[in-house]
Amino acid sequence: MTPTDLSPKETQAPINQMESEEAQRYYSATQFQLIWWRFRKHRLAQVGAIILITMAVIGLFAEFFGPYTGTTRVSDAVLVRPQAPQFCNDDGCTLRPFIPGVISERNPETLRMETKIDPSVRRDIYFFVEGEEYKLLGKFKTNIHFFGLKEGSIHLFGTDSLGRDIFSRVLLATRTSLSIGIFGVVIAFVLALVIGGVAGYFGGGLDYAIQRLTEIVRVIPVIPLYMGLAAAFPKEWSSTQVYFAMTLVLALVGWPTLARRIRGKLLSLRGEDYVIAANLAGAGPSRIIGRHLLPAFMSYIIVDLVISFPFMLLSETALSFVGLGLRPPTVSWGVLLQDAQTVRAIEQAPWLFIPAIFVVVAVLSFTVLGDGLRDAADPYQVSG
Amino acid sequence: MSDTLLEIKDLKVHFPIRSKNLFGGVTKYVKAVDGVSFYIEKGETLGLVGESGSGKTTVGRSILRAIEPTAGKVTFNVDDETFDLSQLTDKEMRGFREHMQLIFQDPYSSLNPRMTVRDIIAEPLIAQKLATGDEVDERVREAAALCKLNLEFLRRFPHAFSGGQRQRIGIARALVSRPQFIVCDESVSALDVSIQAEILNLLMDLQAEFGFTYLFIAHDLSVVAHISKRVAVMYLGQLVELAPTKDLFYAPKHPYTEALMSAIPEVNPDQEMNPVHLDGEIPSPINPPSGCRFHTRCPYTQDNCKTDIPKWEEIEDNHFVACHFAKTLTLKGAEMPTSVDAN
Repeated sequence: MTPTDLSPKETQAPINQMESEEAQRYYSATQFQLIWWRFRKHRLAQVGAIILITMAVIGLFAEFFGPYTGTTRVSDAVLVRPQAPQFCNDDGCTLRPFIPGVISERNPETLRMETKIDPSVRRDIYFFVEGEEYKLLGKFKTNIHFFGLKEGSIHLFGTDSLGRDIFSRVLLATRTSLSIGIFGVVIAFVLALVIGGVAGYFGGGLDYAIQRLTEIVRVIPVIPLYMGLAAAFPKEWSSTQVYFAMTLVLALVGWPTLARRIRGKLLSLRGEDYVIAANLAGAGPSRIIGRHLLPAFMSYIIVDLVISFPFMLLSETALSFVGLGLRPPTVSWGVLLQDAQTVRAIEQAPWLFIPAIFVVVAVLSFTVLGDGLRDAADPYQVSG
Repeated sequence: MSDTLLEIKDLKVHFPIRSKNLFGGVTKYVKAVDGVSFYIEKGETLGLVGESGSGKTTVGRSILRAIEPTAGKVTFNVDDETFDLSQLTDKEMRGFREHMQLIFQDPYSSLNPRMTVRDIIAEPLIAQKLATGDEVDERVREAAALCKLNLEFLRRFPHAFSGGQRQRIGIARALVSRPQFIVCDESVSALDVSIQAEILNLLMDLQAEFGFTYLFIAHDLSVVAHISKRVAVMYLGQLVELAPTKDLFYAPKHPYTEALMSAIPEVNPDQEMNPVHLDGEIPSPINPPSGCRFHTRCPYTQDNCKTDIPKWEEIEDNHFVACHFAKTLTLKGAEMPTSVDAN
């Protein structure tokens, strides 16, 4: 082959030269740019993503955003109703938000402690106030909270029967529940990637054996399995140990579906012409996997991961709710909802259900986000 | 035959069929290719034709070891040394990839949609470390220019291109490693006719310039006639006839070839066509018919065709055929194109 003159003029221009800049941009866009462009058209999914990011940030800095630690008990504020910040009272309006004071007194007839609002007392809300000491991200000792009162106590979501601030506890629970979901999904994903990857790439007898194993795991009814595994946690385990054991349980139940999808995708990709072409070009297995197979199913994997989150969240919540999962003093959404199991709670303190709203919002956000990602994930599919 | 580039001997590719029940083993084989032998000389084009399911593609791919051959020899001549490709390990085979390439049928699925055109064409160079740094880009630009691709579009992704342009990208990828032998697997059949002609001419120009050797697999006889020096006809995993293009087209010796030739569409719409009708479908390659495999559909079939396997014989100079009655039958070839000109 002799080098030829390579000036562009000499070669024919097969594509019409009169192209808009937009088309030019589109034609040389990478896969992730295309996915991003398509994702941006999906408003609902973006809302879901923003909600989830907010939740993650709040969960990460739960001690900062919540005015109290999860175990602080305010003994004269038991079952306080949610308090909404106000700007106005009978004395007029101010720019600084405040909450009215609360009086706790025993009802002479029922002998129960009851709280009443005392509109004459005004408790100003300050931002970045000093409060209880905590460690930010588990490292930096500080006592600055995002908001709080200088005297008295503030409970945006009310308090529970022990006088603990539900708002602070929900934030802490957000961290636990989201992180258990993330760890669960990641462990399940690694298992699935290895097991499904081996089955899909090598095929043959190994694939056969792995598929039968997957089927066995999949036919075990989930709830008895959870119960059995959770019951196997020794009582004397610390809450951290139970926490990690829970992530493992969730992952062990969650991997087969994902493994099957990865296997299926790999099997279909292995027969693709362009993978054969790479093989014929002399590429070795590592190059074929890294350059051709992985990028091709990366988008599916991301979507799959996002979609399997709600499952993990709901499993954790359900298990903790019935007392099989995490146990106090760990707080997760499910643990918080344990308090809302009684009729008394429904009747007298419906605000104990507030954590359920977080569960619903998080699950919905993951679902719409997954939906949007799935639509955007394969930019090379001809779409209507 | 000192200038033989590639010779295959008794090539067989059998695919096992696993039975559906849980513990069943391999019970049957699809004999996609069952004893095919031919050679290709340096710089020539051998056409390989046959209907769907006859095993053409499998032959092409098993030569390149994209499909592992079950049995047989594939000898390839590099720098006056011959190697049996079917005996090499995967790793050793990788070293031969630069000498032999494949141009695919489908220009859509054969290009990775996630790589730029430049990366696609550069793949053989990078994967086999044939070039590094600027040399890669230089050779990619050279190959792209040879295939008449606009060099400004190398940054783009395949989805920006039409079928014909994508096929040029595929050709550029095939020739960037400067191979000696290229298998064109139905490389133009997915394109429309005017683009087909462009691509065919491009392939022929490249051959004239660099002396490539092609195995040109197709089902379109006129395309094969245009590009090939010799043509082989396949039926149910075996060759039935192999001859220089003109002999094969105008003086076929095998009834199957005759049937194929009679099916070539006429350019003149007034000309009446009398194709030889073959009854039924191509039989299953799992249980091929006994004796001559074509006997179930052959209009000239005799009793001994059902039991005796016909020999692969050279009945004229360079004209091979596998038929008991090759010497006695008078068969009609394709219409001479001159009759069209007269109109």
